[in-house]
Amino acid sequence: MQTFDLVRASDRPAAIAAGAESATAQQGASVRFLAGGTTLIDLMKLGVERPERVVDINRLGLDEIRKAENGDLFVGATARNSDLAHHPLVRADYAALSQAILAGASTQLRNAATTAGNLLQRTRCMYFRDLASACNKRKPGSGCPAIAGANRMLAILGTSNACIANNPSDMAVAMLAYDAVVHVQGVAGGRQIPLADFYVLPGQRPDIETMLAPGELITHVTLPPPKTGERSVYLKLRDRASYEFALVSTAVAVTLADGKIANARFALGGVGARPWRVRKAEDVLRGSAPDERAFRNAADTCLDGARPQSHNGFKIELAKRCIVHAFKQVTS
Amino acid sequence: MTSLFDAAVTASDAGEGRIAIKLRVNGQEREVSIDPRMTLLDYLRDVLHLTGTKKGCDHGQCGACTIHINGRRMNSCLALAAAHAGDEITTIEGLGTPGRLHPMQAAFLENDAYQCGYCTSGQIMSAVALLSEPCGASDDDVREFMSGNICRCGAYPNIIRAIQQVRRDQQKDAAPQPAGA
Ligand SMILES: Cc1cc2nc3c(=O)[nH]c(=O)nc-3n(C[C@H](O)[C@H](O)[C@H](O)COP(=O)(O)OP(=O)(O)OC[C@H]3O[C@@H](n4cnc5c(N)ncnc54)[C@H](O)[C@@H]3O)c2cc1C
Ligand code: SF4
Ligand code: FES
Ligand code: FES
Repeated sequence: MQTFDLVRASDRPAAIAAGAESATAQQGASVRFLAGGTTLIDLMKLGVERPERVVDINRLGLDEIRKAENGDLFVGATARNSDLAHHPLVRADYAALSQAILAGASTQLRNAATTAGNLLQRTRCMYFRDLASACNKRKPGSGCPAIAGANRMLAILGTSNACIANNPSDMAVAMLAYDAVVHVQGVAGGRQIPLADFYVLPGQRPDIETMLAPGELITHVTLPPPKTGERSVYLKLRDRASYEFALVSTAVAVTLADGKIANARFALGGVGARPWRVRKAEDVLRGSAPDERAFRNAADTCLDGARPQSHNGFKIELAKRCIVHAFKQVTS
Repeated sequence: MTSLFDAAVTASDAGEGRIAIKLRVNGQEREVSIDPRMTLLDYLRDVLHLTGTKKGCDHGQCGACTIHINGRRMNSCLALAAAHAGDEITTIEGLGTPGRLHPMQAAFLENDAYQCGYCTSGQIMSAVALLSEPCGASDDDVREFMSGNICRCGAYPNIIRAIQQVRRDQQKDAAPQPAGA
């Protein structure tokens, strides 16, 4: 591991000022915030992350989980994944979020991992994690060996000819379905970024993954109040029953009225360059009966434009079945 | 913003590139001067010679390095020692002694819940933490909560048996005693 200065930020402005000394908040950042460390330290050991300064943000009082005055769920940036998943408000009103978090990693990891860290976890693409390989995300312009190589786990949506990596987060998929908003604070003030706009597609610059600018500290995430009568579920399909990343996953939330679908929202994990949500696929469902045909229709629309790689073509049909199954489960 | 650590010792006091901090391990406080790159796992094993905690993968993928930080189980291979100044750290050595085993250690022995033993301290640290986590009653629930601990020898059936035995004993102890008993 390359050596670095480790500092514990005394307050948020100090953390932000330290972060702003980096030229980028993306791949290659010279300053990194340390939350749970389960992504950062892993990647520092591999040499994929080489910050010169690491700023511990664990004691800044950013770990609150509560109902905000306007009814939103307020989730602090350093709230632990375990605490969020088991929180009574989350279990009661955002079931798919609780399930998504508990379907990811292990108890030990979830006890350390935080809200912001989870949103900013990096792809598990093996070439990205291996310094001996070329990789456009780690080293722009060096090439993408995954396209002709081991791509079974990687993305089929939102990819480019420069990068086909998938976003591995489970939590982010549920948050996207629940219309989460990311709140950040930077040297120039604060801003709110809908999670739907937070991740950037790879295009020719896969090293740029989010909207974050140097120094921008995620302070919290908010989820709008639950919709009356809405039921939700998270379904994750993977190679083994636990402690494994998703091949395909979906967070589904539905409201029924008079035996018809009044509203539906859903997002996909494991298959996209970013957590994937297609509004048109939700519109397809509005007003129709909650049956297999309608679900299949929505699934087809959602996977529209999917681009399989040599080893992951199965993900298209698997994703569709995952969506249909989750909808059936939540409407039965 | 130079050194902002509680111990308020600057990097130069501790030696070039090192950080001086106080760490509490198994109830004992120690003043240490360490390289910021050192993980809790390496600190426990290489500096304190508490070698009960094992290194399997060094990347959060196996659970051999599981310890308790402020009562919660975590992987010590993905924790920087210096970032845990002031936290209460418990290792397998702090759980029981050969003469006074923790009930979970005793149950692992009684149920033959290991073969080579390499994963065992991590399994036990996870199992003890599980007792105070919202884990369901069934074997499947326990399997799910224990999935962060890999056993290459495949001792899983007996590990589950040991954990369930301790949970049953706990419930018996917690149940109200009949009058006159
Ligand atoms: C073996 C293994 C299995 C896993 N399995 C799964 C799985 O199945 N599903 C899943 O979803 N995840 C899985 N994970 C990933 C895990 O969920 C993430 O590592 C974790 O959520 C990251 O959170 P953290 O707090 O530890 O982040 P850190 O490692 O502390 O930080 C990650 C990044 O976010 C930045 N950051 C942190 N906080 C902030 C902030 N407030 N503002 C701005 N930037 C910030 C850091 O600088 C760093 O760049 C797994 C991880 C491992 C090691
Ligand atoms: S898919 Fe992306 S992350 Fe993987 S090797 Fe190609 S450029 Fe790198
Ligand atoms: S050594 Fe820490 S999880 Fe494997
Ligand atoms: S007993 Fe050998 S690895 Fe578990």
